[in-house]
Amino acid sequence: MEIPAIVGAGLAVIGVGIGIGQIGGKAMEAMARQPEMYGKLQTAMLIAAALIEGIGFAALFAV
Amino acid sequence: MHRFLKTMNLEMAKKLVISVLIVLVANFLWASASPVKDTVSTYTAEEKADQKKSKIKEDIKHHLQDSHDFHLFTDETTGKHYGFPLPVILWDEELHVFMSSEFHHGESIVQSKDKYYELHHGKIHRTDESGNIIESAHPIDFSITKNVFMIMVISLMLFIMLFRTNKSYKKRGHLPSGIGRFIEPIILYVRDDIAIPNIGKKHYRKYMGFLLTVFFFVWLVNLFGLTPIGVNITNNIAVTFCLALLTYLITIFTAKKTYWLHLIDPLGNTMPWIAKIPLYILLVPIELLGTIIKPFSLMIRLYANITAGHIVLMSLIGMMFVFNNWIGSSLSFLLAFTLGILELLVAALQAYIFTMLSAVYFGSAVAEHEHDEEH
Repeated sequence: MEIPAIVGAGLAVIGVGIGIGQIGGKAMEAMARQPEMYGKLQTAMLIAAALIEGIGFAALFAV
Repeated sequence: MHRFLKTMNLEMAKKLVISVLIVLVANFLWASASPVKDTVSTYTAEEKADQKKSKIKEDIKHHLQDSHDFHLFTDETTGKHYGFPLPVILWDEELHVFMSSEFHHGESIVQSKDKYYELHHGKIHRTDESGNIIESAHPIDFSITKNVFMIMVISLMLFIMLFRTNKSYKKRGHLPSGIGRFIEPIILYVRDDIAIPNIGKKHYRKYMGFLLTVFFFVWLVNLFGLTPIGVNITNNIAVTFCLALLTYLITIFTAKKTYWLHLIDPLGNTMPWIAKIPLYILLVPIELLGTIIKPFSLMIRLYANITAGHIVLMSLIGMMFVFNNWIGSSLSFLLAFTLGILELLVAALQAYIFTMLSAVYFGSAVAEHEHDEEH
């Protein structure tokens, strides 16, 4: 493992963290605004979070 | 999930929580019952700590690998291994079948039909009589390894569970009994909250078999990964590869015309063909690549999540022995315990995500979408 690769993976994971945080936060806001949409919002949130998470793992495996 | 919780009555939920806690506690007791022993006591404290760390690293590495025997634990003082052997099946010009106990944990060479085999770092190599590895020989390994064995056990368990559920309907009409009461809400959940919203009422039925199988299989396999027997199936990338391959094959073989049309003509008739050509040089390869990337990400997600979870969990358990004092060890125990509960959630969540994304891909394959209105 070289230092640039580790730093790169770290940066990618920071991006993933920000992305999932945004998704979770916005979904929370939406759920608070429209509690009757709870189920649908949760599903959409999980799918989006899972897709972003995949990128994070790809970055980790590149190390 | 809330619908599922509502149908599960309180008594059942209590029992479930208690049994889960028992398994978790057993897990950590198990971990602490087999402490890392120092074999030689003449080392300095620092060297001892280093030894301990490398031993823990080795243990984690060992845990993540598939093996040819079902190893439960090792008595460090006598060096005796406890567990049971599994059959080794090799195809090397002819069929070789013998038990993995003949390897004596990689210490001895096995003779089978005038050929010699050796177990080297979990892989079987052909050797000559004195134990030198012959590089040119590639025996094909069909062995019932630990993972394969546990997949068989779990499949059998699933079969019995679901068969009993099915049978209880025949006996009691609409009311399931026994394990069926636990299974029914999960099946309804997969149908009503995963299959129907993503695939549509018209086509969902033919996919239900696969979705339910994958959901129960991945969930149960992940849960078994958290038990003290230390099986680790979904962090074998071959297993997740096969699951993702099934999703991919089902998607492309049940795809409707609109799915293929969307791949080669993603913009539809929204613009003249002359303008589409430069765009399509870029767009069509991306769309085609996307069909492969989707199952690929399914494979990586499940594999990486479970692997990462196991590594972190085992490292925290190992930290108990590295600290080796009251404060540090109990703190890492608490951390490991909390993470263990989180891993229970992850086990279910990954099964849910896998099923959900499979359903989304199936949905895109059968969607007869209103392409022209959309753009």
